[in-house]
Amino acid sequence: MKYLDEYRDARIARALAAEIRRRSSRPWVLMEICGGQTHTLMRYGIDELLGDSVDLVHGPGCPVCVTPLETIDRAIALARRPEVTLVSYGDMLRVPGSDTDLFHVKAEGGDVRIVYSPTDAVNLARSFPDRKVVFFAIGFETTAPAHAMAVLQAERLGLKNFSLLVSHVLVPPAIRTLLRHPKNRVQGFIAPGHVCTVVGCHEYEDLVREFRVPIVVGGFEPIDLLEAIRMLVVQLEESRAELENQYVRSVQYDGNRPAQEAVARVFTIADRKWRGIGPIAGSGLFLKPNYAAFDAERLFDLADICAQEPAECISAEVLLGHKKPTDCTAFGTRCTPEKPLGAPMVSSEGACAAYYQYRRHLVTL
Amino acid sequence: MCLAIPGKVAVIEEKDGIRTGRVQFGGISRQACLDFVPEAKEGDYVVVHVGFAISIVDKEEAERTYALLESMGILADELAPDGAAPAES
Repeated sequence: MKYLDEYRDARIARALAAEIRRRSSRPWVLMEICGGQTHTLMRYGIDELLGDSVDLVHGPGCPVCVTPLETIDRAIALARRPEVTLVSYGDMLRVPGSDTDLFHVKAEGGDVRIVYSPTDAVNLARSFPDRKVVFFAIGFETTAPAHAMAVLQAERLGLKNFSLLVSHVLVPPAIRTLLRHPKNRVQGFIAPGHVCTVVGCHEYEDLVREFRVPIVVGGFEPIDLLEAIRMLVVQLEESRAELENQYVRSVQYDGNRPAQEAVARVFTIADRKWRGIGPIAGSGLFLKPNYAAFDAERLFDLADICAQEPAECISAEVLLGHKKPTDCTAFGTRCTPEKPLGAPMVSSEGACAAYYQYRRHLVTL
Repeated sequence: MCLAIPGKVAVIEEKDGIRTGRVQFGGISRQACLDFVPEAKEGDYVVVHVGFAISIVDKEEAERTYALLESMGILADELAPDGAAPAES
Protein backbone atom coordinates (compact mmCIF):
# COMPACT_ATOMS: atom_id res chain seq x y z
CA MET A 1 0.00 0.00 0.00
CA LYS A 2 1.21 3.48 -0.87
CA TYR A 3 2.89 5.38 1.98
CA LEU A 4 3.26 2.12 3.92
CA ASP A 5 5.28 -0.38 1.87
CA GLU A 6 8.09 2.04 1.04
CA TYR A 7 8.54 2.73 4.77
CA ARG A 8 9.13 -0.98 5.38
CA ASP A 9 12.02 -1.32 2.89
CA ALA A 10 14.59 -3.68 4.43
CA ARG A 11 17.48 -2.20 2.44
CA ILE A 12 16.86 1.30 3.78
CA ALA A 13 16.36 -0.12 7.27
CA ARG A 14 19.78 -1.79 7.13
CA ALA A 15 21.42 1.42 5.93
CA LEU A 16 19.81 3.47 8.68
CA ALA A 17 20.74 0.93 11.36
CA ALA A 18 24.34 0.95 10.14
CA GLU A 19 24.40 4.74 10.23
CA ILE A 20 23.01 4.77 13.79
CA ARG A 21 25.65 2.27 14.92
CA ARG A 22 28.37 4.31 13.20
CA ARG A 23 27.27 7.63 14.73
CA SER A 24 26.59 6.42 18.25
CA SER A 25 29.53 6.70 20.66
CA ARG A 26 27.60 5.29 23.63
CA PRO A 27 24.27 3.55 24.23
CA TRP A 28 22.00 6.60 24.33
CA VAL A 29 18.79 5.97 26.25
CA LEU A 30 15.86 6.80 23.99
CA MET A 31 12.15 6.48 24.64
CA GLU A 32 9.28 6.13 22.20
CA ILE A 33 6.08 7.35 23.83
CA CYS A 34 3.45 5.64 21.78
CA GLY A 35 2.48 2.01 22.21
CA GLY A 36 2.00 1.68 18.45
CA GLN A 37 5.64 2.62 18.00
CA THR A 38 6.70 0.13 20.72
CA HIS A 39 4.85 -2.54 18.78
CA THR A 40 6.63 -1.67 15.50
CA LEU A 41 10.05 -1.68 17.22
CA MET A 42 9.44 -5.17 18.60
CA ARG A 43 7.68 -6.57 15.54
CA TYR A 44 10.50 -5.62 13.19
CA GLY A 45 13.26 -6.42 15.68
CA ILE A 46 14.63 -2.88 15.53
CA ASP A 47 15.97 -3.16 19.08
CA GLU A 48 18.01 -6.19 17.99
CA LEU A 49 19.12 -4.54 14.73
CA LEU A 50 20.63 -1.64 16.67
CA GLY A 51 22.48 -3.79 19.19
CA ASP A 52 23.98 -1.72 22.00
CA SER A 53 24.26 1.52 19.99
CA VAL A 54 21.06 2.72 21.68
CA ASP A 55 19.08 1.59 24.71
CA LEU A 56 15.39 1.73 23.81
CA VAL A 57 12.98 2.14 26.70
CA HIS A 58 9.25 2.28 26.24
CA GLY A 59 6.89 4.99 27.36
CA PRO A 60 3.40 5.16 28.83
CA GLY A 61 1.64 5.80 25.51
CA CYS A 62 -0.82 2.95 25.51
CA PRO A 63 -4.24 4.36 26.48
CA VAL A 64 -5.68 0.90 27.05
CA CYS A 65 -2.88 0.17 29.53
CA VAL A 66 -3.11 3.42 31.48
CA THR A 67 -6.89 3.46 31.88
CA PRO A 68 -7.33 3.13 35.67
CA LEU A 69 -8.64 -0.08 37.13
CA GLU A 70 -11.63 1.70 38.67
CA THR A 71 -12.60 3.10 35.25
CA ILE A 72 -12.63 -0.46 33.89
CA ASP A 73 -14.75 -1.45 36.91
CA ARG A 74 -17.13 1.42 36.12
CA ALA A 75 -17.46 0.25 32.51
CA ILE A 76 -18.18 -3.26 33.79
CA ALA A 77 -20.80 -1.93 36.23
CA LEU A 78 -22.46 -0.03 33.37
CA ALA A 79 -22.42 -3.06 31.08
CA ARG A 80 -24.24 -5.09 33.76
CA ARG A 81 -27.14 -2.63 33.93
CA PRO A 82 -30.10 -3.99 31.96
CA GLU A 83 -30.95 -0.66 30.33
CA VAL A 84 -27.39 0.06 29.11
CA THR A 85 -25.67 -0.81 25.83
CA LEU A 86 -21.95 -0.39 26.47
CA VAL A 87 -20.02 0.40 23.28
CA SER A 88 -16.26 0.10 23.17
CA TYR A 89 -13.18 -0.32 21.01
CA GLY A 90 -12.32 -4.01 20.82
CA ASP A 91 -9.07 -3.84 22.76
CA MET A 92 -10.81 -2.74 25.98
CA LEU A 93 -12.89 -5.90 26.28
CA ARG A 94 -10.23 -8.23 27.62
CA VAL A 95 -8.63 -5.71 29.96
CA PRO A 96 -9.15 -7.14 33.44
CA GLY A 97 -11.04 -5.11 36.01
CA SER A 98 -10.91 -6.01 39.70
CA ASP A 99 -13.09 -9.13 39.31
CA THR A 100 -13.84 -9.70 35.64
CA ASP A 101 -13.57 -8.17 32.15
CA LEU A 102 -16.08 -6.88 29.60
CA PHE A 103 -15.85 -10.06 27.51
CA HIS A 104 -17.13 -12.10 30.44
CA VAL A 105 -19.89 -9.58 31.13
CA LYS A 106 -20.90 -9.89 27.47
CA ALA A 107 -20.82 -13.70 27.72
CA GLU A 108 -23.08 -13.47 30.77
CA GLY A 109 -25.63 -11.53 28.73
CA GLY A 110 -24.48 -7.94 29.14
CA ASP A 111 -25.15 -5.76 26.09
CA VAL A 112 -21.55 -4.96 25.07
CA ARG A 113 -20.85 -3.92 21.48
CA ILE A 114 -17.52 -3.48 19.71
CA VAL A 115 -17.18 -0.67 17.19
CA TYR A 116 -14.45 0.77 14.99
CA SER A 117 -15.51 4.40 15.31
CA PRO A 118 -17.44 6.52 17.85
CA THR A 119 -19.76 7.42 14.96
CA ASP A 120 -20.97 3.81 15.07
CA ALA A 121 -21.94 4.33 18.72
CA VAL A 122 -23.97 7.45 17.81
CA ASN A 123 -25.73 5.42 15.12
CA LEU A 124 -26.56 2.71 17.67
CA ALA A 125 -28.14 5.34 19.92
CA ARG A 126 -30.23 6.55 16.97
CA SER A 127 -31.30 3.04 16.04
CA PHE A 128 -32.20 1.96 19.59
CA PRO A 129 -33.89 4.95 21.26
CA ASP A 130 -35.03 2.77 24.19
CA ARG A 131 -31.45 1.76 25.10
CA LYS A 132 -29.03 3.96 27.03
CA VAL A 133 -25.94 3.84 24.82
CA VAL A 134 -22.66 4.55 26.65
CA PHE A 135 -19.48 4.82 24.62
CA PHE A 136 -16.25 3.95 26.47
CA ALA A 137 -14.15 6.89 25.26
CA ILE A 138 -10.52 6.15 26.01
CA GLY A 139 -7.48 7.53 24.26
CA PHE A 140 -4.85 10.19 23.83
CA GLU A 141 -4.97 13.45 21.86
CA THR A 142 -5.29 11.50 18.58
CA THR A 143 -8.68 10.06 19.51
CA ALA A 144 -10.13 13.04 21.40
CA PRO A 145 -11.33 14.91 18.27
CA ALA A 146 -13.34 11.88 17.12
CA HIS A 147 -14.98 11.62 20.56
CA ALA A 148 -15.69 15.36 20.58
CA MET A 149 -17.37 15.04 17.19
CA ALA A 150 -19.51 12.15 18.46
CA VAL A 151 -20.81 14.39 21.26
CA LEU A 152 -21.42 17.29 18.86
CA GLN A 153 -23.22 14.98 16.45
CA ALA A 154 -25.38 13.52 19.26
CA GLU A 155 -26.21 17.06 20.36
CA ARG A 156 -27.14 18.07 16.81
CA LEU A 157 -29.36 15.01 16.47
CA GLY A 158 -31.01 15.76 19.83
CA LEU A 159 -30.11 12.30 21.21
CA LYS A 160 -31.02 11.86 24.89
CA ASN A 161 -29.77 8.27 25.16
CA PHE A 162 -26.09 8.73 24.27
CA SER A 163 -23.23 9.37 26.69
CA LEU A 164 -19.48 8.90 27.08
CA LEU A 165 -17.53 7.18 29.84
CA VAL A 166 -14.46 9.36 29.39
CA SER A 167 -10.92 8.23 30.19
CA HIS A 168 -8.81 10.62 28.13
CA VAL A 169 -5.16 11.35 28.85
CA LEU A 170 -2.64 13.85 27.52
CA VAL A 171 0.98 13.03 26.64
CA PRO A 172 3.06 16.12 27.61
CA PRO A 173 2.18 16.08 31.36
CA ALA A 174 3.32 12.42 31.46
CA ILE A 175 6.64 13.29 29.77
CA ARG A 176 7.09 16.08 32.33
CA THR A 177 6.46 13.64 35.22
CA LEU A 178 8.97 11.25 33.72
CA LEU A 179 11.68 13.89 33.18
CA ARG A 180 11.27 15.30 36.69
CA HIS A 181 11.62 11.86 38.26
CA PRO A 182 14.93 11.52 40.16
CA LYS A 183 15.53 8.14 38.54
CA ASN A 184 14.99 9.37 34.99
CA ARG A 185 17.58 8.13 32.50
CA VAL A 186 15.88 8.99 29.20
CA GLN A 187 18.09 11.23 27.03
CA GLY A 188 15.89 11.66 23.97
CA PHE A 189 12.26 11.10 22.95
CA ILE A 190 10.43 9.97 19.86
CA ALA A 191 7.22 11.98 20.08
CA PRO A 192 3.99 10.30 18.95
CA GLY A 193 3.34 11.20 15.30
CA HIS A 194 -0.42 10.89 15.33
CA VAL A 195 -0.84 12.85 18.57
CA CYS A 196 1.26 15.60 16.95
CA THR A 197 -0.76 15.36 13.73
CA VAL A 198 -3.67 16.60 15.86
CA VAL A 199 -2.04 18.94 18.40
CA GLY A 200 1.01 20.11 16.45
CA CYS A 201 4.52 20.60 17.80
CA HIS A 202 4.26 23.59 20.18
CA GLU A 203 3.98 21.64 23.43
CA TYR A 204 6.91 19.42 22.49
CA GLU A 205 9.01 22.46 21.69
CA ASP A 206 8.22 23.70 25.22
CA LEU A 207 9.48 20.38 26.64
CA VAL A 208 12.72 20.66 24.63
CA ARG A 209 13.31 24.15 26.04
CA GLU A 210 12.28 23.29 29.60
CA PHE A 211 14.40 20.14 29.95
CA ARG A 212 17.00 20.61 27.19
CA VAL A 213 16.13 17.20 25.84
CA PRO A 214 16.03 16.35 22.12
CA ILE A 215 12.64 15.31 20.76
CA VAL A 216 11.93 13.99 17.27
CA VAL A 217 8.33 13.58 16.12
CA GLY A 218 8.26 10.12 14.58
CA GLY A 219 6.01 8.03 12.37
CA PHE A 220 4.97 4.43 12.87
CA GLU A 221 6.67 2.38 10.18
CA PRO A 222 10.08 0.77 10.77
CA ILE A 223 11.88 3.24 8.51
CA ASP A 224 10.18 6.17 10.25
CA LEU A 225 11.36 4.94 13.64
CA LEU A 226 14.90 4.19 12.50
CA GLU A 227 15.16 7.65 10.93
CA ALA A 228 13.79 9.26 14.13
CA ILE A 229 16.35 7.32 16.19
CA ARG A 230 19.12 8.40 13.80
CA MET A 231 18.05 12.05 14.12
CA LEU A 232 18.10 11.77 17.94
CA VAL A 233 21.53 10.13 17.97
CA VAL A 234 22.95 12.85 15.71
CA GLN A 235 21.54 15.55 18.02
CA LEU A 236 22.93 13.85 21.12
CA GLU A 237 26.36 13.32 19.56
CA GLU A 238 26.43 17.01 18.61
CA SER A 239 25.17 18.07 22.08
CA ARG A 240 22.08 19.65 20.56
CA ALA A 241 18.57 19.60 22.00
CA GLU A 242 15.99 20.55 19.40
CA LEU A 243 12.54 19.62 18.24
CA GLU A 244 12.69 17.93 14.85
CA ASN A 245 9.92 16.42 12.77
CA GLN A 246 10.62 13.15 11.01
CA TYR A 247 6.93 12.51 10.21
CA VAL A 248 6.56 15.52 7.91
CA ARG A 249 4.18 13.75 5.56
CA SER A 250 1.47 13.89 8.25
CA VAL A 251 2.50 16.37 10.96
CA GLN A 252 2.24 20.11 10.42
CA TYR A 253 3.77 22.45 12.96
CA ASP A 254 0.40 23.83 14.09
CA GLY A 255 -1.36 20.48 13.92
CA ASN A 256 -4.95 20.08 12.78
CA ARG A 257 -6.91 23.20 13.72
CA PRO A 258 -10.47 21.91 13.07
CA ALA A 259 -9.69 18.87 15.26
CA GLN A 260 -8.26 21.07 18.03
CA GLU A 261 -11.35 23.31 17.89
CA ALA A 262 -13.70 20.34 18.29
CA VAL A 263 -11.76 19.14 21.35
CA ALA A 264 -11.69 22.64 22.89
CA ARG A 265 -15.46 22.97 22.44
CA VAL A 266 -16.33 19.74 24.24
CA PHE A 267 -13.53 18.94 26.68
CA THR A 268 -11.70 20.67 29.50
CA ILE A 269 -8.35 19.77 31.11
CA ALA A 270 -8.05 18.49 34.72
CA ASP A 271 -6.00 16.04 36.81
CA ARG A 272 -6.23 12.41 35.80
CA LYS A 273 -5.05 9.15 37.33
CA TRP A 274 -2.96 6.79 35.14
CA ARG A 275 -2.99 3.07 35.76
CA GLY A 276 0.46 2.04 36.96
CA ILE A 277 1.68 5.64 37.45
CA GLY A 278 -0.93 7.37 39.61
CA PRO A 279 -2.38 10.88 39.39
CA ILE A 280 -0.75 13.38 37.02
CA ALA A 281 -1.74 17.05 37.25
CA GLY A 282 -3.49 18.47 34.19
CA SER A 283 -3.17 15.20 32.28
CA GLY A 284 -6.79 14.40 31.53
CA LEU A 285 -9.64 15.57 29.35
CA PHE A 286 -13.14 15.76 30.86
CA LEU A 287 -16.47 16.81 29.35
CA LYS A 288 -17.24 20.48 29.92
CA PRO A 289 -20.17 21.29 32.27
CA ASN A 290 -22.39 22.29 29.34
CA TYR A 291 -21.98 18.76 27.97
CA ALA A 292 -22.79 17.11 31.33
CA ALA A 293 -25.87 15.54 29.74
CA PHE A 294 -23.45 13.33 27.77
CA ASP A 295 -21.28 12.38 30.76
CA ALA A 296 -21.95 8.79 31.88
CA GLU A 297 -20.20 9.36 35.23
CA ARG A 298 -22.79 12.04 36.10
CA LEU A 299 -25.76 10.20 34.61
CA PHE A 300 -25.14 6.87 36.32
CA ASP A 301 -23.58 7.83 39.66
CA LEU A 302 -20.41 5.75 39.47
CA ALA A 303 -18.24 7.71 41.90
CA ASP A 304 -18.30 5.11 44.68
CA ILE A 305 -16.55 2.47 42.55
CA CYS A 306 -12.88 2.37 43.62
CA ALA A 307 -10.15 -0.23 43.08
CA GLN A 308 -6.65 -1.18 44.25
CA GLU A 309 -3.96 -2.19 41.77
CA PRO A 310 -1.92 -5.38 42.41
CA ALA A 311 1.17 -4.46 44.46
CA GLU A 312 3.71 -6.87 42.99
CA CYS A 313 3.64 -5.39 39.47
CA ILE A 314 6.57 -3.10 38.47
CA SER A 315 4.52 -1.37 35.77
CA ALA A 316 5.21 2.12 37.13
CA GLU A 317 8.94 1.61 36.60
CA VAL A 318 8.37 0.11 33.14
CA LEU A 319 6.02 2.94 32.08
CA LEU A 320 8.51 5.55 33.32
CA GLY A 321 11.39 3.87 31.49
CA HIS A 322 13.37 2.90 34.62
CA LYS A 323 13.07 -0.82 33.95
CA LYS A 324 12.38 -3.11 31.02
CA PRO A 325 9.63 -5.75 31.04
CA THR A 326 12.24 -8.50 31.22
CA ASP A 327 13.57 -7.00 34.49
CA CYS A 328 10.37 -8.15 36.21
CA THR A 329 10.47 -11.51 37.99
CA ALA A 330 6.80 -12.16 37.16
CA PHE A 331 7.22 -11.43 33.42
CA GLY A 332 6.21 -14.35 31.21
CA THR A 333 5.50 -16.59 34.19
CA ARG A 334 3.02 -15.22 36.73
CA CYS A 335 2.23 -12.32 34.37
CA THR A 336 1.16 -13.07 30.79
CA PRO A 337 -1.34 -11.47 28.35
CA GLU A 338 -3.84 -14.18 29.40
CA LYS A 339 -3.41 -13.34 33.08
CA PRO A 340 -1.87 -9.87 33.36
CA LEU A 341 -0.80 -8.44 36.70
CA GLY A 342 -0.65 -4.90 35.47
CA ALA A 343 -1.04 -2.17 32.91
CA PRO A 344 1.67 -2.86 30.27
CA MET A 345 0.65 -6.51 29.84
CA VAL A 346 -3.04 -5.82 29.22
CA SER A 347 -2.96 -4.52 25.66
CA SER A 348 -0.93 -5.58 22.62
CA GLU A 349 0.52 -2.05 22.58
CA GLY A 350 1.78 -2.27 26.14
CA ALA A 351 5.54 -2.74 26.46
CA CYS A 352 5.27 -6.01 28.42
CA ALA A 353 2.73 -7.50 26.02
CA ALA A 354 4.86 -6.48 23.01
CA TYR A 355 7.94 -8.11 24.59
CA TYR A 356 5.91 -11.22 25.33
CA GLN A 357 4.34 -11.43 21.87
CA TYR A 358 7.69 -11.10 20.11
CA ARG A 359 9.27 -13.55 22.54
CA ARG A 360 11.92 -11.23 23.93
CA HIS A 361 11.83 -13.27 27.15
CA LEU A 362 13.06 -16.32 25.26
CA VAL A 363 15.90 -14.60 23.40
CA THR A 364 19.34 -14.21 24.90
CA LEU A 365 20.77 -10.98 23.54
CA MET B 1 -4.84 2.43 19.74
CA CYS B 2 -3.44 5.45 17.97
CA LEU B 3 -3.25 3.32 14.85
CA ALA B 4 -3.93 5.52 11.86
CA ILE B 5 -3.25 4.49 8.32
CA PRO B 6 -3.14 6.29 4.99
CA GLY B 7 -5.83 5.60 2.41
CA LYS B 8 -6.97 7.13 -0.85
CA VAL B 9 -10.17 9.18 -0.94
CA ALA B 10 -12.26 7.57 -3.71
CA VAL B 11 -15.59 9.40 -3.41
CA ILE B 12 -16.68 12.33 -1.28
CA GLU B 13 -20.31 12.63 -0.18
CA GLU B 14 -22.51 14.47 2.30
CA LYS B 15 -24.24 12.30 4.93
CA ASP B 16 -26.45 13.73 7.70
CA GLY B 17 -24.71 17.08 7.30
CA ILE B 18 -21.28 15.47 7.68
CA ARG B 19 -18.70 15.42 4.91
CA THR B 20 -17.56 11.85 4.50
CA GLY B 21 -15.38 9.99 2.06
CA ARG B 22 -15.10 6.42 0.93
CA VAL B 23 -11.42 5.76 1.60
CA GLN B 24 -9.53 2.84 0.06
CA PHE B 25 -6.89 1.00 2.08
CA GLY B 26 -5.40 -1.49 -0.36
CA GLY B 27 -8.31 -3.81 -1.19
CA ILE B 28 -10.56 -2.58 1.63
CA SER B 29 -12.65 0.57 1.61
CA ARG B 30 -14.26 2.35 4.54
CA GLN B 31 -16.31 5.44 5.19
CA ALA B 32 -14.37 8.19 6.98
CA CYS B 33 -15.45 11.59 8.27
CA LEU B 34 -13.62 14.41 6.47
CA ASP B 35 -14.69 17.28 8.76
CA PHE B 36 -11.14 17.69 10.11
CA VAL B 37 -9.65 17.89 6.60
CA PRO B 38 -12.08 20.25 4.83
CA GLU B 39 -9.62 20.82 1.96
CA ALA B 40 -9.36 17.08 1.11
CA LYS B 41 -10.40 16.17 -2.42
CA GLU B 42 -10.95 12.94 -4.29
CA GLY B 43 -7.63 11.27 -5.09
CA ASP B 44 -5.87 12.64 -1.99
CA TYR B 45 -4.36 10.30 0.57
CA VAL B 46 -5.63 10.88 4.10
CA VAL B 47 -4.48 9.43 7.42
CA VAL B 48 -7.54 7.86 9.08
CA HIS B 49 -7.96 7.15 12.80
CA VAL B 50 -11.15 5.60 14.30
CA GLY B 51 -13.16 6.67 11.25
CA PHE B 52 -11.90 10.25 11.08
CA ALA B 53 -9.31 11.62 8.65
CA ILE B 54 -6.80 13.57 10.75
CA SER B 55 -4.42 14.73 8.00
CA ILE B 56 -3.88 14.82 4.27
CA VAL B 57 -0.62 13.07 3.39
CA ASP B 58 1.75 15.70 2.06
CA LYS B 59 2.86 14.14 -1.24
CA GLU B 60 5.88 16.36 -1.75
CA GLU B 61 7.18 15.82 1.78
CA ALA B 62 6.58 12.08 1.52
CA GLU B 63 8.49 11.92 -1.76
CA ARG B 64 11.33 14.08 -0.45
CA THR B 65 11.71 11.98 2.72
CA TYR B 66 11.64 8.78 0.76
CA ALA B 67 14.13 9.96 -1.89
CA LEU B 68 16.54 10.96 0.86
CA LEU B 69 16.21 7.64 2.62
CA GLU B 70 16.46 5.70 -0.61
CA SER B 71 19.69 7.44 -1.57
CA MET B 72 21.03 6.34 1.80
CA GLY B 73 19.99 2.77 1.00
CA ILE B 74 21.62 2.83 -2.44
CA LEU B 75 24.81 4.21 -0.93
CA ALA B 76 24.84 1.48 1.70
CA ASP B 77 24.30 -1.17 -0.97
CA GLU B 78 27.28 0.14 -2.91
CA LEU B 79 29.40 -0.06 0.20
CA ALA B 80 28.18 -3.56 0.99
CA PRO B 81 27.13 -5.20 -2.29
CA ASP B 82 26.19 -8.50 -0.65
CA GLY B 83 23.33 -6.67 1.07
CA ALA B 84 24.83 -7.03 4.51
CA ALA B 85 25.01 -3.97 6.72
CA PRO B 86 28.39 -2.28 6.38
CA ALA B 87 30.81 -3.14 9.16
CA GLU B 88 31.28 -0.51 11.81
CA SER B 89 34.34 1.54 11.15
